[in-house]
Amino acid sequence: MTRQPGTKGLIFNEPNVWEKSREGRCAISLPRADVDTTPLDPALTGEAPDLPQLSELDVVRHYTRLSQWNFGVDSGMYPLGSCTMKYNPKTNEVQASRQGFAGAHPLAGDECSQGALRLMYDLETYLAEITGFAGVTLQPAAGAHGELAGMLIIHAYHAKQGRQRSKIIIPDTAHGTNPASATLCGYQSINLNSGEKGILEPEAVAAVMDEDTAGIMITNPNTLGLFEENIKEICDIVHAKGGLVYGDGANMNAIMGVVKPGKIGIDVMHLNLHKTFSTPHGGGGPGSGPVTVVEKLIPFLPVPRVEKDLDTFRFITDCPDSIGRLHTFYGHFGVMVKAYAYILTMGARGLLDVSRLAVLNANYIKESLKGTLNLPYDRPCMHECVFNDAHQKKHHITTMDMAKRMLDYGFHPPSVYFPLVVEGSIMVEPTETESKEDIDQFIHAVKAIAKEAESEPEKLTRAPVLPKVTRLDEVSAARKPCLQG
Amino acid sequence: MRYLPHTQEDIKEMLAVTGRTSLDDLFDTIPDAVKTKDGLNLPDPLSEWDLNDHMEKLASDNIACKGYTCLIGAGSYDHYIPAIIPYLVSRSEFATAYTPYQPEVSQGTLQGIYEFQTMVTRLLGMDIATASHYDCGTALAECALIALRKNKKANKIAVSDLVHPSHRQTIETYLKPTGYEMVLIPHTTEGVTDTTALDGMDDIAGLAVQSPNFFGHIEDLGAFRKVADAKKIRFIASFTEALAWGILKNPGSFGADLVAGEGQSLGIAKSFGGPGLGLLAGTSKLMRDLPGRLVGRTKDTNGKDGYVLTLSTREQHIRREKASSNICSNNGLNAMTAAMYLSTIGKIGIRKIAQLNHDKAVYLKSVLTGAGFTPVFDTPFFNEFVMKAPKDFAQKRADLINRHCMFAGLDLAQFYPELTNHYLFCATEKVSRQEMDQLAKEVA
Repeated sequence: MTRQPGTKGLIFNEPNVWEKSREGRCAISLPRADVDTTPLDPALTGEAPDLPQLSELDVVRHYTRLSQWNFGVDSGMYPLGSCTMKYNPKTNEVQASRQGFAGAHPLAGDECSQGALRLMYDLETYLAEITGFAGVTLQPAAGAHGELAGMLIIHAYHAKQGRQRSKIIIPDTAHGTNPASATLCGYQSINLNSGEKGILEPEAVAAVMDEDTAGIMITNPNTLGLFEENIKEICDIVHAKGGLVYGDGANMNAIMGVVKPGKIGIDVMHLNLHKTFSTPHGGGGPGSGPVTVVEKLIPFLPVPRVEKDLDTFRFITDCPDSIGRLHTFYGHFGVMVKAYAYILTMGARGLLDVSRLAVLNANYIKESLKGTLNLPYDRPCMHECVFNDAHQKKHHITTMDMAKRMLDYGFHPPSVYFPLVVEGSIMVEPTETESKEDIDQFIHAVKAIAKEAESEPEKLTRAPVLPKVTRLDEVSAARKPCLQG
Repeated sequence: MRYLPHTQEDIKEMLAVTGRTSLDDLFDTIPDAVKTKDGLNLPDPLSEWDLNDHMEKLASDNIACKGYTCLIGAGSYDHYIPAIIPYLVSRSEFATAYTPYQPEVSQGTLQGIYEFQTMVTRLLGMDIATASHYDCGTALAECALIALRKNKKANKIAVSDLVHPSHRQTIETYLKPTGYEMVLIPHTTEGVTDTTALDGMDDIAGLAVQSPNFFGHIEDLGAFRKVADAKKIRFIASFTEALAWGILKNPGSFGADLVAGEGQSLGIAKSFGGPGLGLLAGTSKLMRDLPGRLVGRTKDTNGKDGYVLTLSTREQHIRREKASSNICSNNGLNAMTAAMYLSTIGKIGIRKIAQLNHDKAVYLKSVLTGAGFTPVFDTPFFNEFVMKAPKDFAQKRADLINRHCMFAGLDLAQFYPELTNHYLFCATEKVSRQEMDQLAKEVA
């Protein structure tokens, strides 16, 4: 049997940071006071906030111990569907921390910020080329923020046409952020079921699309990992009624160099630089969610925009149809630097290989595990595949039990219970940076767990046993919230 | 390609399992009409050596590469970042993890964010802080939406015109499709928000005031609480300089219902304006209206303490179109950075740094006054203040950038057209007396 990566090791207990505090400690070095001190009016001042008092080693040890309780991409395979947990290249971190970038003040002025402006301009150009769109904004701070930007653009477009619309079509495979973003723009979500093949049927779209519908939000490849084969027809149906097509580009990792969404009828799309373009997820951000648009929507992009005059670059804000500003400054520049470095490192051929190998890895897993786990849609997949727990249910084992057992084997579980369209779904996205050996180990682990489900189910229901804590009581956490110490 | 592990042999074996003969076959389900025929037109790939050269060249086209003197704040502050902060936060277990959806193997992130929430509540004097937002502008826009949604009768939010101009623009962007409206509260000749202007304002769901405000002045937040009480509306406080709360009375002590702030000052690089850190806090009453993630404490099956994401029924992945916000990824790693910074400076350090910022700013104001600048306001400030410049200052300021890499203040006319030749200065603990004396000498 293959040796599994998960094992026991020494980790440390560590209390809350304030429990380590001792009156009088301080972990910073202050500059020599070279000016007189001027007290503020006591009426304005308060007590110093009750922050922990620690030595430098106290702080270092605290966070080092905390970090050891975490699982990251650098620790092991992280096949979280729809999240694209690929390797985050370390050279990108070096590039973003260069003094000229990390130290740049956002209001230093265009003349003193030419390097940053050129980088943003070129990154916009590359993203436009990769996606096939005419215009790009880098301002949105995350994928959901990009969705909001996209929906605001659609809203502004309809307002400009002289008649606002009230609804938006959202398929059942959509990310939860899609309907939430639409709501922020006052659009009512019209839920649309996928067809038998797990993709949208043009007739179903035609049946709900009308002149009071602003458009449709489509994730392609969708969250079942399937390519929406009828995309062109669907776009035509929506356009014929004056609507716009929003593309959720979270799954762009599957189709770089293969499909350019801007050329097939999609009007506006967001990307996640922290998925497709390799920037780290950071335990929940900061991400970056650029939005790409077709020519006719360029006037609606948020301000400021970067413009090139001969060989100099400047910000412009004089865009009367713009949706306005979405961020205090220009978005998550530090994340943009990393994505830019990634694109330059990969080149055109490299990005095409990324998508090919991401799709190869997913199909390999799908074929290897389809006897072990139930595969509701047995069709060629893109970068991810969706199983469920139908085979294991007869042993009273659920998706959650299998996911928790995977932790003991040393793998981060796939996304579970999403997409909602599959009951008990297990959504596996290996990404292209996982090797055949690591994937084989994962496949082996899943098969071993499926065997345990039959013969020793308590190993799953009690799982996980190796991490620092066992299953946590989420019900009590929500019923009696304790949100600070 | 060093990030792609597949050998030709691997590809062959894996293709065989999938029943295909080539990598192109994997895309058979995509109709031909949809596939691109022209490939990607991108620059040739760079080796790490070439990438380093290229990136350093780009970075050096930003003046920041030379280690400049930054006397500008306005929402992005030049504070010292202790060596341990980038060292600790770059640990890959933090940086390369996803949102902690599997709590058993995410306790590091979860306890770290729980501690962050706790330290933010202590810094601001509030009941609850969220696990972070994108930046102050977006956090403030969310607060405005909460106030508006909670008040079924009113349709407007009153916002001080000394709230950061970009934050006001962000609120406008968020409100545009909703039918809600933002109205501005003007400021007085003392450079503080005019409470009396609220008297005649009706149909208002809440009011938002920044302190220290965009001119650097400390607002009388208590006065706004009184107005909010009289009008039975919500009171939102915002700030761009988190270190001010090391010395000033915090917004919670004045009874703020919601607080939106920028946490970039807490150990986070300026990075051309982002990623920063949105801080968002509220009273317990508003717990279920707050947007985004919250970490809560609980027990595992063995009775051991642990942490989970909680109250997710407010969030988009459960509530979908009925969610309190669409936010999903927040600025988690920067929240962790801020927690590390706050643990490092501690109760003693934050007071000292805050006082030092104020002292440096007082000194800068006095030497500029000596050099012929006119102090426009005589209102208490923290580390930023407004000066009217002598007539030839614009040219001298440009010379200072070219010759000394010194950014002497921010031209306010771009934000307040009536303030021609007025500059907003900022001094932090990083600026030395020598640099300030040099500035005074050059501009006198």
